[in-house]
Amino acid sequence: MPTYSVLVVDDEIDFMETLVNRLTRRKMEARGVPSGEAALALLNERTFDVILLDIKMPGAMDGMETLREIRQRHPLAQVILLTGHASLETSMEGMRLGAFDYLLKPVKFEDLLEKIGAALGKSQPVLP
Amino acid sequence: MERLIYRRLRLQIIGLTLVVAITPLVLLGGAIYNQFERAHEARIEDQMRLLANSQSSVVDVFLRERTNLLGILVERHSFDEMSRQEFLERLFETLNRRSDMLGLVDLGVIDASGLHVSYVGPFNLKGFNYEQQPWFSEVMAKGKYVSDVYMGFRLFPHIIIAVRGRTGEHQWILRATIDLEMLNQMVRTAQAGRMGDAFIVNQNGVYQTQPRFDGQILEGSGMDPKRFSQGVTTVSKDSSGRVTYYYAGSWLKSKNWLLVIRQRTDDEVGGLVHTRNTAVTIVALGVLAIVITTVFIAHIVVRHLAAVQKELDAMSAQLVQADKMAALGKMATGIAHEINNPLAVIGEKAGWMKDLLEEEEFRQSPNAEEYFSAVAKIEEHVERARKITHNMLGFARRMEPRLDDVEINRVVDQTIELLANHARTNNINIHKRYHPSLPVIASDHAKLQQVMLNLINNAIDAIGSNGNIEVATALEDNRILVSVKDDGPGIPKEYQRNIFDPFFTTKANGRGTGLGLSISYSIIEKLGGTITFESEPGKGTIFRVNLPVVLPEKK
Repeated sequence: MPTYSVLVVDDEIDFMETLVNRLTRRKMEARGVPSGEAALALLNERTFDVILLDIKMPGAMDGMETLREIRQRHPLAQVILLTGHASLETSMEGMRLGAFDYLLKPVKFEDLLEKIGAALGKSQPVLP
Repeated sequence: MERLIYRRLRLQIIGLTLVVAITPLVLLGGAIYNQFERAHEARIEDQMRLLANSQSSVVDVFLRERTNLLGILVERHSFDEMSRQEFLERLFETLNRRSDMLGLVDLGVIDASGLHVSYVGPFNLKGFNYEQQPWFSEVMAKGKYVSDVYMGFRLFPHIIIAVRGRTGEHQWILRATIDLEMLNQMVRTAQAGRMGDAFIVNQNGVYQTQPRFDGQILEGSGMDPKRFSQGVTTVSKDSSGRVTYYYAGSWLKSKNWLLVIRQRTDDEVGGLVHTRNTAVTIVALGVLAIVITTVFIAHIVVRHLAAVQKELDAMSAQLVQADKMAALGKMATGIAHEINNPLAVIGEKAGWMKDLLEEEEFRQSPNAEEYFSAVAKIEEHVERARKITHNMLGFARRMEPRLDDVEINRVVDQTIELLANHARTNNINIHKRYHPSLPVIASDHAKLQQVMLNLINNAIDAIGSNGNIEVATALEDNRILVSVKDDGPGIPKEYQRNIFDPFFTTKANGRGTGLGLSISYSIIEKLGGTITFESEPGKGTIFRVNLPVVLPEKK
């Protein structure tokens, strides 16, 4: 049973930490960062199978900006947008930029796990 | 209030139209009547002028003939002959026999000293001396003379004609008295109508003939003959006193007498009164027609206006409702967004606590069950709050139309499938009645499914248990109709106005958010459709969704 790595990017520290703890407890390699910049910095060192990305974050890089960067540098990482601020426009924009899916906070943990599983299934590299 | 405005408007329209329409009519009627009156008056005046003129000529001729006759006599006969009583008697007898209408009452010869030398006639005037009489010197000076009516020696009104004769150096006068009755009769022929009068006055206004009505010969007539100019026949109108008279006066040519025709206006205006009555009747009928038409038109116009206003009011009410929805949507979105993040933290923390409670040490705590149940409750209520905020976002969500190719029948089918279990356990039969060939339209599959889910779910909830739901699709006038009909208890009348308002619910506390129908309303509206319902308490409710047929773009 392979261990999958998950990165949680969210400025709501309480949420981010708790989610990391819960994922870790379920045998995933989970890490959390509070901003888009921090996420990109960490992604310079290593990659993740799944990235849970908040859209509305303070700082120079919001979720969309971060998503764009991630898609360029790590095309294999599956990004699931996870936000309390939902609109059809942002969700469509996210999907257009290549996000795997779009979830609205608060999300049932079981649903989240299911989504991560689906993303992982999709992220299996297709070998030539 | 509103009725008062319309009543005032109607009165204004009626008032203005009546003034504008009736004024010219009345003015026209008045003008025509006035014109006619003037023409009528002119005609009367013409007639009277003609009559006065001809009558004065007749009198003129009468006097001149007699004057000429006397003139011929003095030329043909000498003073010696004429002063002989027998000769004069024979002459007088011959004259009267030959011409019975001559009107000579007597005939007399007066010598230069004024002595009446011979006389034939009913009065014994022979021997009177006329030297002192004013007419005597006038005849001697001018050769002929026609007198006004006067009493003279006979103490009886009469007129005389006197002509001067000349035999050698000797001057003398032939004088005749004219029968006044002949003059009277002659003038009387011009007395027209019931009230018409004709008479002669001298230059001082003294009656020379007997007037038909009040007044006697030789009395003053009260007229001022100088009002009538010489040589022409003048007509004037005299309104002094209670009655109005027309006067036509014509001066005689051979004598300073004025022949007057007098006519009472009311004697002549019979035709005029008839004309006036006709005009008044026509104007009155016209006014009546205008009044009826105006009132009728005003009524129609105002009623139409009221109807339009009512329509406008309904439209503005609809706009207000849409505005209300938009504002509420904006507010709801804001609130939902702000609440979602803390809600997520609560949810995750509760989940984390649940995770930790799984561990052995906690499990042995005497309160472990309490902890589990408390955490489960927290999770349950987070879930409840989540549904609300997500619904609020769904309610406000902007829709991008023409996302999918949608087969309505399939949407309905899928929804019914979802709810089939739920319905079956409540012993509710769902009947389908689909249009067999609905076109595929460009719309939002998921949103439509949300709406159908909502409507059918509501129908199930409304029935409770044991009942029927009929879901039908149809195609009408290039629009797709989807109806959901239940045989539940129906919606009470007092709630029917509010069922599309957000947060309005009749379901038990916690069972419904009150957002389902307002979200559905919002979705269908944004898809360019309408959603309506009919409900009869005790019989059931039918919701109708009406969607435009928008064909998908060719891909």
